[in-house]
Amino acid sequence: MKKLKTMNKNTKSNMITYLMVIVAYVIVQIFVVTGNMSSLMEGLLVPVCTYVILAVSLNLTVGILGELSLGHAGFMCVGAFASALFSLGMKDSIENDLLRFIIAIIIAAVSAALAGILVGIPVLRLKGDYLAIVTLAFGEIIKNFINAIYLGVDANGLHFSMKDTMDLGMGADGTVLIKGAQGITGTPKCSTFTIAVILILISLVIINNLVNSRTGRAVMSIRDNRIAAESVGINITKYKLIAFTISASLAGVAGALYAHNLSTLMATPKNFGYNMSIMILVFVVLGGIGNMRGSVIAAILLTLLPELLRGLADYRMLIYAIVLIFMMLFNWSPQFINFRKKMMAKIKKDKKAEKEA
Amino acid sequence: MKMKKLLSLVLTAAMTATLLAGCGNAEGSADVATTTDGSAVFKIGAIGPTTGSAAVYGTAVMNGAQIAVDEINAAGGINGMQIELNCQDDECDAEKSVNAYNTLTDWGMQALVGTTTSGCCVAVAAEAAADNTFLLTPSGSAVECIAYDNAFRVCFSDPNQGIASAQYIGQNGIASKVAVIYDSSDVYSSGIYEKFAAEAANQGIEIVAAEAFTADNKTDFSVQIQKAKDAGAELVFLPIYYTEASLILAQADQAGFKPMFFGCDGLDGILGVENFDITLAEDVMLLTPFAADAQDELTKKFVATYNEKFGETPNQFAADAYDAVYIIKAAAEKAGLAAGMSPSDVCDALVPVMTEITVDGLTGEGMTWSADGEPSKAPKAVKIKDGVYTAM
Repeated sequence: MKKLKTMNKNTKSNMITYLMVIVAYVIVQIFVVTGNMSSLMEGLLVPVCTYVILAVSLNLTVGILGELSLGHAGFMCVGAFASALFSLGMKDSIENDLLRFIIAIIIAAVSAALAGILVGIPVLRLKGDYLAIVTLAFGEIIKNFINAIYLGVDANGLHFSMKDTMDLGMGADGTVLIKGAQGITGTPKCSTFTIAVILILISLVIINNLVNSRTGRAVMSIRDNRIAAESVGINITKYKLIAFTISASLAGVAGALYAHNLSTLMATPKNFGYNMSIMILVFVVLGGIGNMRGSVIAAILLTLLPELLRGLADYRMLIYAIVLIFMMLFNWSPQFINFRKKMMAKIKKDKKAEKEA
Repeated sequence: MKMKKLLSLVLTAAMTATLLAGCGNAEGSADVATTTDGSAVFKIGAIGPTTGSAAVYGTAVMNGAQIAVDEINAAGGINGMQIELNCQDDECDAEKSVNAYNTLTDWGMQALVGTTTSGCCVAVAAEAAADNTFLLTPSGSAVECIAYDNAFRVCFSDPNQGIASAQYIGQNGIASKVAVIYDSSDVYSSGIYEKFAAEAANQGIEIVAAEAFTADNKTDFSVQIQKAKDAGAELVFLPIYYTEASLILAQADQAGFKPMFFGCDGLDGILGVENFDITLAEDVMLLTPFAADAQDELTKKFVATYNEKFGETPNQFAADAYDAVYIIKAAAEKAGLAAGMSPSDVCDALVPVMTEITVDGLTGEGMTWSADGEPSKAPKAVKIKDGVYTAM
């Protein structure tokens, strides 16, 4: 107990976040095991976790590094395709599902990190709106590039083309792994809620520890005052690149989760386009920029909301948008914040009066 | 202060619990397969995009299925069971499609008409196979859509259409130099193109130009048209949907390029495009299972009802969905389904009889199915003459 009191405020806040995730996990597991969970909810568990990881990882770029990135879905796309390709190719070689999935996740993280470095080197020289626009463009480029890839394997090895499947020139025994716009089909379904929650915890630990480290402080100093940071000898490009790459690689992990939850993987504007990037950004902004716990909660709520509104049929996207606007106002509008403060003060006053009386 | 925090925590937990439990309860009550007035029901689910860019296809499927359900219910239902139809939106996204499928499972769906689009269908088919739910896709044409034993389809598969088109052009000696303009970002289009190209070699057709476009730039086709023209194509094969095809026809006309045009079932609907000069579509040939202006009784009645109810002419997606409901009815009657069967039992009963039934529908007469889920029906080739389809 004493330890808890002397604990650093940051550490305490982080512990609350971890505890929250674990408690939520336990509650949900109880519902699943006792069979009280609807199949819709059960099917949503892994996607929700995927979006939580995406939101948390983007919060690193937006909240801690202070740069607006609109290409986050592109890194998710890289991770998704890299891991799905590995799983499909190794389906017969590695029998153990869990082992194969873990390797796939690592591959996703590494490949997305590589993409992050490649994109980061030119992009991070820019700042503000310019950076946002260029990341948006890179996100789209990644998606369109993957849409043009044809990859097959036969007895002679791998065949690659950017044109069509005939151009691969494979033997009769060949199988096409990536089929251009049709993407990858037949990814084994390995994503489970337990693995997803463990990945959320790992992401949170990585990000929280990074933020409270020497590197994290350097990154935040760049956010707060670039010139001052540079003048005390902080290598701006290096620290920016570190934060950006970690953010990208965690997005890749989320991509692996996504890919192994569905048997089909296509890079459509819907799932890996800028719509998705903006969606993740909405989670981050709504949850509070720089606030990891907020991102987790916002991602959970906003992923569940459209599905819970299914009863409203065609009106649900309309209602969803209205709810978004209201939530945004409630969280960020100065008037609302004043109003909230006033109400809180009033409640406190009433309580005090009650006690005194 | 501490008490208050604790209290709010407990309250939040309780709220979450009731939220989740509420969903669970819905599942329980869905087992009672009766309507409010006590008669037995058979629950059919449908999935398709009713919002977003592909909404036109999903809406058509929902409408087509609804008409069939209304007709069957008015005529006494399946084995005395009234059909209840529940349509869910998937926004043409595989993830949302699985959510829609799970929603329908909670509702107590006994058979699925869906999903409308190929990509989503592959994902949902895997889920349906795991749950052993009967799946009949009206328009999921990719090969993998029916990879599992429990999945069947109404439309032609992409490879079948590609091969049939190449054979038709080759055997009837229509053209020897062919250009293809296709949508490389679309599963349907690139699927047909690949098989067409493979079969074209066997038919002695030379593909002089194969020009792709993607969903991101499908308004200006001058480059593709110019290349086809320069290559000296006698015929342009368009395995695409009618919206883009109408633009291609108009732009080819402006460029002074007048080859023959040949398309697949995606071209059906081209005569209904707004502000499109239908004289441009004169002599366009297409393979389609359904023509809205066919003169048989069934089609006439369907088109009239559809027009009256939804104020537009149905396309082949609506016809496929209409047939799908009737196919389920035929199979259910053959299997002698009774009220209150679980989805898994329904699937076990329907799958073996699917290969035994023969259905006359809007999209083909005497349709039969093989065990792998493919339908067997003859594609109809039609030519547009004076603004209407005429059989070739």
